[in-house]
Amino acid sequence: MQSISQKRLVSGVILALLAMYILPNFIEYSTLSLLIIYAILALSLGLIWGFGGILCFGQAAFFGLGAYSYAVFAVNIGESSIPFILAILTPALFALILGAIMFYGKLSDVYLGVITLVVTLILFRFANSTAGPEYAIGKARLGGFNGMPNFHTLNVPGMPDVYIWDLDFYYVCFILLIICFISLYFLIKSSFGRICIAIGQNEQRIELIGYDVRKYKTIFFGIGGGLAGLAGALYASWAEIVTPGLFSLSQSAEIIIWCIVGGVGTLSGPILGAVILGLLKYYLGQQSLVDNNLVIGSILVLFVLFLPNGLSPALANLWVKITVKTKSRRPNTRRKKVSRAVRGIHNE
Amino acid sequence: MSNIILETHNLSMKFGGVVAVDNVDFTLRENELRCLIGPNGAGKSTFFKCITGLHKPSSGNIYIQGEETTHWHTHEISHLGIGIKTQVPNVMDGLSVWENIWLSARRYNDVKNANRRVDSVIERIKIGDIAKRLVGELAHGQRQRVELAIVLAADPWLVILDEPAAGMTGVDVEIMIDIIKEINRHAAMIIVEHDMQFIKSIADQVTVFYQGSILMEDNVDIVLADQRVRDVYLGRKV
Ligand SMILES: Nc1ncnc2c1ncn2[C@@H]1O[C@H](COP(=O)(O)OP(=O)(O)OP(=O)(O)O)[C@@H](O)[C@H]1O
Ligand SMILES: [Mg+2]
Repeated sequence: MQSISQKRLVSGVILALLAMYILPNFIEYSTLSLLIIYAILALSLGLIWGFGGILCFGQAAFFGLGAYSYAVFAVNIGESSIPFILAILTPALFALILGAIMFYGKLSDVYLGVITLVVTLILFRFANSTAGPEYAIGKARLGGFNGMPNFHTLNVPGMPDVYIWDLDFYYVCFILLIICFISLYFLIKSSFGRICIAIGQNEQRIELIGYDVRKYKTIFFGIGGGLAGLAGALYASWAEIVTPGLFSLSQSAEIIIWCIVGGVGTLSGPILGAVILGLLKYYLGQQSLVDNNLVIGSILVLFVLFLPNGLSPALANLWVKITVKTKSRRPNTRRKKVSRAVRGIHNE
Repeated sequence: MSNIILETHNLSMKFGGVVAVDNVDFTLRENELRCLIGPNGAGKSTFFKCITGLHKPSSGNIYIQGEETTHWHTHEISHLGIGIKTQVPNVMDGLSVWENIWLSARRYNDVKNANRRVDSVIERIKIGDIAKRLVGELAHGQRQRVELAIVLAADPWLVILDEPAAGMTGVDVEIMIDIIKEINRHAAMIIVEHDMQFIKSIADQVTVFYQGSILMEDNVDIVLADQRVRDVYLGRKV
């Protein structure tokens, strides 16, 4: 079991590296970079929701916080390495504190949704209200609804003058996505990850076994926050400006939709969902015939109705069906594996 | 006489106007197998939830091995080495039997020893044939057994079970009786149970709950022959 899934991981990574070189021939690399940033953002929710059962309606809060932290520190420090790390740590810490309040306070899932939503709204309103000169952190003025331009974008570590632009930036994003994916793969296979998955399934049983569920959920939530922060830092470098729109509810909603369409309970699903829907949004944005949100909304409804487990499990299913027809003489055992894949959890 | 390992003093639990547990003084000694019986709504499960930290009692105290645990969290109580099974089956349906048990074994062991422990518990409970199955696919009796295996994997010295045989029939009940007797060789037990037949085949000392209080406490034969107990079970007032 273990070796089969690790073989799949290796072949998946090789495929991803191939795709990394081939894709720029078809799609602009700056668009690709954005899609990859979205994919990392989607992974951050896909992790805590799909594996920890924590549905956060405000994942955009950590994304925006990461982007703003990066911008603020980059303005003050004048290079990108330390701001980059702080842009991960700040939202992670924020998520840890918020998580501790929610999980130690024994909030029910519904209230968790409400609170994360409200926190996002507050950050959005706050970021919008910081136009005055008094809203400055060190040299960095937050700039209200106009946002913050003019900060130091990503550079080669230790060489502030050597910026990472264009195609190089795309490669950096892609490699980071692969690193995130592999790290999360091993995280969910670890004892800690397995306990978190079990908590997502039956919190009380894990409490009865003797684990402090609050602690595990808080840490897991913090990891998700840090990952969203990483996406935010990359986004800041990509856009060269951060605006309050990063904290918007539509951004949060989009992340949830990516996960649903791609497949909650898998790692590949959120990536797939973010890339496909991101690309669709990009192309739809270039025309004015149909409304963007209408199309994305319709897709969501179709998926919820007809493919509730999402794309990734469906594709895995299809793949197995094809290989069973052409190769395997043991369709029964194969099919059993598929049903597990469809249930999520075991199919990474 | 052997040592007291669990006791409650004046333990009460109120839900609004309902007094579900009413001033209960209860003691359990080492190696004991105690059955709690009583009609529906007598307060057995509520008492069970109080001593396992699932409810915060309204008043009174709980001591486990001399230490006051009245306001402890469930995971802290469990951490003392107490295995707990609730009345509603509590398992991870989306995970395999093996994984379910492993999570418990891993609590007090490193990965290597946890793996070994799971295998030994699976053998002990005789569920090797279903070890790789998803728990959600199993029949009710099998899931109950899996939950017992989860409890045992942590190697508890006190095992508290709420209606372990509920909803079981024939062979499954027989198996459960054997498992309980086997567990009791290594651990003290409190078993909440409804079914008289079941109690007859396992119990020694029995505590009868009625309307939140202890009605009587004695040897199983004396209790089952008692007129008041029969009346209570038939729904007559005493
Ligand atoms: N969470 C709760 N909120 C309000 N009332 C409750 C709650 N839990 C139990 N009760 C009430 O407390 C009383 C005792 O219930 P309890 O579940 O402890 O009985 P029991 O002896 O376990 O019965 P059974 O044999 O049916 O399991 C009942 O009147 C019940 O309605
Ligand atoms: Mg009960």
